[in-house]
Amino acid sequence: MSDLAGDVQPVEKRPAKRAGRRLGPDVLGWLQAAPLTLVLVCFLLAPIAMIVAVSFWGATEFSIYPAFQFDNYAFLFGSDVTYRVFFATFKYALITWAFTLAIGFTVAYFLAFHVRSQPIQIALFLLCTIPFWTSNIIRMISWIPFLGRNGIANSALISWGVIDEPLEWLLYSDFSVILAFVHLYTLFMVVPIFNTMMRIDKSLLEAARDNGASGFQTLLHVILPLTKPGIMIGTIFVVTLVMGDFITVRFMSGSQRANVGRLISNDISLLQYPSAAATAVVLLCTVLLVIGILLRFVNIRKEL
Amino acid sequence: MRTGYDLELVHLTKRYGDTIAVRDLNHVFHPGSYVCLLGPSGCGKSSTLRMIAGHETVSEGSIVLDGQDVSTLSPAQRGTAMMFQNYALFPHLNVRDNVAFSLRMKGVDKATRHAKANELLALVQMTAYADRLPAQLSGGQQQRVALARALITQPKVLLLDEPLSALDPFLRIQMRAELKRIQRELGIIFIHVTHGQDEALALADEVVVMNNAVIEQSGPPREVWGAPRTEFVARFMGGHNVITLEGGKVALRADDVKLAEAAGTPGLPATVTSVEYQGATVALSARTAAGEEVFAILPEEGFFKTPKSPGDAVTLAWDEGRLHRLQA
Repeated sequence: MSDLAGDVQPVEKRPAKRAGRRLGPDVLGWLQAAPLTLVLVCFLLAPIAMIVAVSFWGATEFSIYPAFQFDNYAFLFGSDVTYRVFFATFKYALITWAFTLAIGFTVAYFLAFHVRSQPIQIALFLLCTIPFWTSNIIRMISWIPFLGRNGIANSALISWGVIDEPLEWLLYSDFSVILAFVHLYTLFMVVPIFNTMMRIDKSLLEAARDNGASGFQTLLHVILPLTKPGIMIGTIFVVTLVMGDFITVRFMSGSQRANVGRLISNDISLLQYPSAAATAVVLLCTVLLVIGILLRFVNIRKEL
Repeated sequence: MRTGYDLELVHLTKRYGDTIAVRDLNHVFHPGSYVCLLGPSGCGKSSTLRMIAGHETVSEGSIVLDGQDVSTLSPAQRGTAMMFQNYALFPHLNVRDNVAFSLRMKGVDKATRHAKANELLALVQMTAYADRLPAQLSGGQQQRVALARALITQPKVLLLDEPLSALDPFLRIQMRAELKRIQRELGIIFIHVTHGQDEALALADEVVVMNNAVIEQSGPPREVWGAPRTEFVARFMGGHNVITLEGGKVALRADDVKLAEAAGTPGLPATVTSVEYQGATVALSARTAAGEEVFAILPEEGFFKTPKSPGDAVTLAWDEGRLHRLQA
């Protein structure tokens, strides 16, 4: 149609259009990809490039200056604080992952296979998202009066006679940090697993039963293998969120525990941007490495 | 190897809330027979099959297999195996592991179960594909695997839920010959649910026609097709006209309808509405004075001696002995 219109118009008046058409589908393809490319370059690649660049800069107590030196990395890798903090970060990620997986899988399984009617399924699913109607920080902080030394948990336990004096490890400990992580991020495990489970053909479960599989065997040999991609996507969400977090660790440990996020946030509050950038680059590489390893195990492409 | 298991349905009923899917079914399936459950969708044939398989609870009545009431047993304990409509192969397991699945559930060791699976794969001629995933197979091949997986449990009854409906016409004809061959080799009862009457006629030793949750008629295919008992069966099996004469409705085979030579001979006056040349035969349809459509399949040679075209008045005739009176 545009060909016809173009032929009617005098050629001289529309040189640009004719040139564009002669370049054909190639140019058109690039043009179509351009907006997204632009967004990714501006908001993903450029910031990361900047962080990488700044990580090689130098800093004094009161200023930072452009340079290309490895001092920041040398300091980072030369200090055992770094190793301890990275270890703590991995520990949080691993434990949180294990709990969110166990809870998330169970909830998704219940929703997908035990709730028969779809309206109830949707209602229960929305119920899971209600905590997300308020901010992360509020949800975190609301644990503090519950877990505190004279909080609801301790006073209830004392009044029931289970314990004689308040438990110290309930708040401002690894326990409270992981509790908050699990609370905050379980839904990120539920959603992708539920999504994969809903795609499992129900007749497969009947076929398994027909072949003599018990409920547990069906779970182990049919549902679990077919849910792997969902588990993997949930794992990526949880692991990246936990490894990048700093606020949960700060609030729930009463600043008594550290992870890599807090290391970076401390550097920033001391205006040590190059050092913070170097730590961020190392963290980014670590997380990418973890995801790379995870993707070797499961092909999630068919889920996307 | 002919085995003597028979299957009996006794007052079998299935209710979903207030609706009745299967109403008080009584039927004996004879040992070693190939039975087709035939009927339109929603007639209760699938519910019946699924109750026999144990994937649907029985509301009332019982299912007796080889003298034992199996209606409360789990699917695997009954001695039945089911082949699902969409095959329901496990997508994450290769062909051999799919077939060996039930043995794995029983805890049979790997070497034994693979050997057994290979045997079954040979039976369905799928040995060459043992290491492929289901997604890498065509529909017909998936079906063979599903068949092998169902047969590895050594069932007394194999239940097939519309097994051929997902295949293209050519494969369908090939597969039904295959199913029949395997059924003969094993000598067990095959219960095959279908809505295609040609499939039922081609395969079955016994056809069970269902409608509205009950069995309308059952018997050998020639008997059911040749002597339909009700109007529904006559219409559903095809090839029949249902005509209202004095004293009730009768069924008349389309190829028994003739055109009367001369006017004045006894018969049913009608107007030709369409003529279709089909090679060896000509399909003619005509409307009677009562407004009923009558189909006639006429030999080509006879028809073209005195050709008719739409709008012509004709007199439909038949031999009295070819009429079947239908139950109201």
